[in-house]
Amino acid sequence: MIQNSPALAPLLLLATAISLPVLAIKKTKVAYPVTMVASFGSVIISSYNICLVLRNGPLTYHFGGWFPPIGIEYVLDPLSSFVALVVNVIAFFVLWHSGGIQEREIPGKSVPYYALALLFLCGANGIIVTGDLFNLYVFMEIFSLAGYGLIGIGEKQAPVASFRYLIMGTVGASFYLLGIGFLYIVTGSLNMADVRNILPHIHGNPAVAAALSLIFIGMGIKMAIFPLHGWLPDAYTYAPSTSSALVAPIGTKIAAYVLIRILFFVFGVEFVSQELPITDSIAWLSAIGILYGSVMAMAQSEMKRMLAYSSIAQIGYIGLGIGLANPLGYIGAVLHILNHAFMKGSLFLVAANVRRKTGQSNIAKLDASLRKKLPWTMAAFTVAALSMIGLPPTAGFFSKWYLALGAIDRGNWVFLAVILVSSLLNAVYFFRILEKVYLIPPPAQKTGEDLNPETGKGRGSLVGEENFSLMIPVVIISFSLLLIGLGNATIVEMIIQRIIPLGM
Amino acid sequence: MTDFLLGHYVYWSIIALLIIGLYGMMLKNNLAKKLIGMIIFQVSIIMFYVASAVKWSATVPVLDPAIGVADAAKYISPLQHCLMLTAIVVGVATSGVAFSLAILIYRHYKTLEESDLMEHMKSS
Repeated sequence: MIQNSPALAPLLLLATAISLPVLAIKKTKVAYPVTMVASFGSVIISSYNICLVLRNGPLTYHFGGWFPPIGIEYVLDPLSSFVALVVNVIAFFVLWHSGGIQEREIPGKSVPYYALALLFLCGANGIIVTGDLFNLYVFMEIFSLAGYGLIGIGEKQAPVASFRYLIMGTVGASFYLLGIGFLYIVTGSLNMADVRNILPHIHGNPAVAAALSLIFIGMGIKMAIFPLHGWLPDAYTYAPSTSSALVAPIGTKIAAYVLIRILFFVFGVEFVSQELPITDSIAWLSAIGILYGSVMAMAQSEMKRMLAYSSIAQIGYIGLGIGLANPLGYIGAVLHILNHAFMKGSLFLVAANVRRKTGQSNIAKLDASLRKKLPWTMAAFTVAALSMIGLPPTAGFFSKWYLALGAIDRGNWVFLAVILVSSLLNAVYFFRILEKVYLIPPPAQKTGEDLNPETGKGRGSLVGEENFSLMIPVVIISFSLLLIGLGNATIVEMIIQRIIPLGM
Repeated sequence: MTDFLLGHYVYWSIIALLIIGLYGMMLKNNLAKKLIGMIIFQVSIIMFYVASAVKWSATVPVLDPAIGVADAAKYISPLQHCLMLTAIVVGVATSGVAFSLAILIYRHYKTLEESDLMEHMKSS
């Protein structure tokens, strides 16, 4: 059991994803419970794994009994088990929420939706645990293809957005493949740890620099780092709400994780920050991306589109933390992977609830009646928005705090200014919504349905939150942002500080 | 110089293919042509791997009693070919998804020209 545990989560998800269409061939209703069981199973496995790893140290699993560098190796260290836990937990809540909404958003497509969602998670888990560069490519493609499907399943603009994402994403994956081709030619190995040991011996080989640049561009496209973000806004806007809530918190974070893994654990900190100025380029591009994403988010009139642009800004924070290449920036980046997954998950679920309730999510049309119709959802939105802005004690404050400390440590005041300015911009575009919902007096009472909100009882107030499976996941995610914020010292001490790469 | 150019002729043609693929994906207006560009791009990477496995005075990686196992350098490394078998499968899956998306787009909009699609998407 223990020595097999790194491979369990991806295999469980893969097996369920493949057998789901067969199981649900007669009764499509079983798709949802089966998916929930598999997703819950992966949460259990990954929490068990992280306890095991924190107690006993890194775990490895060798496929088919072939030892690396010949065989494929799965590695669970504190970083990978941590990211796996974050991904599985957020996916569990989003899938839980999807039960009440997918029937209305994508009628008659529940079986393909859940099969794709499981395949997507299988790819994510595989990317996280694999210790083999080519295996990572294969999982990356499973993950991306499922993602294209999840996005393209939506309304009629969705296939166009998904097609553009597919073209960009395939270019990204192909660049990555070309990059590991260069690495393989010079090192003769595809195992990450093995390549790490060989690289210092072939010092100064231009092929290594070419490999690094190609991998960086490839992952930059998948991660939507600033000039390579073109696919993201359309894809997140036109996807069904339940798909964008699944893809947005997980999709770009996985690419950020791969970038951390390859830059710091394969090429090594010294090589990427001193011999080639890759980390500097990432930091500056991310800084531009933070400002660009925030300004564009302010200009949007549609809530999901605003959240999509804000994703570009938030990815910038993670990129900035990677680019600082010092321990504080690195802690900030890894912590922000966790925080952003929870914040974006919560915000996209709120957008889904608003859409379901009012039929649209245009910011201009939001009004104070929402705070009566969806009191808990809007409370969750408030917490997540405050966390995006970075007010203590929400989680978002602490990752920005570490990033700011990292920027000071680096002596780079421009980055510090970018972090502060973008927090203000975040405040502007989130308060635009909060103002409409909470500060403006409720509109004149029009119909009998919306009357009687004062008492908090009866049809009037329950009309929005009648479906608990839509409300509870949002509330849990949002309020766990407070818990993460309060417990951030424990997370940093127990997990992130143990995985600071060598030489940082 | 001539040696350098001629000696790497495979790589020059692969680079040319890569650029043709990128050109198709970025500058063509029609989605089907973009897809063709994408497939050319993927194939050029497959050829890059296969070209990197080429070795003169070596044979296929199947045990030959005449050569034996003592000198492994007499066999071609089979790994690149195996990796590319996987990459071909991935490429087929990608183009499958891409074609089905293109069919969906055509059903909704009755066109595959990107400029027309952008207008339709703005108006709706």
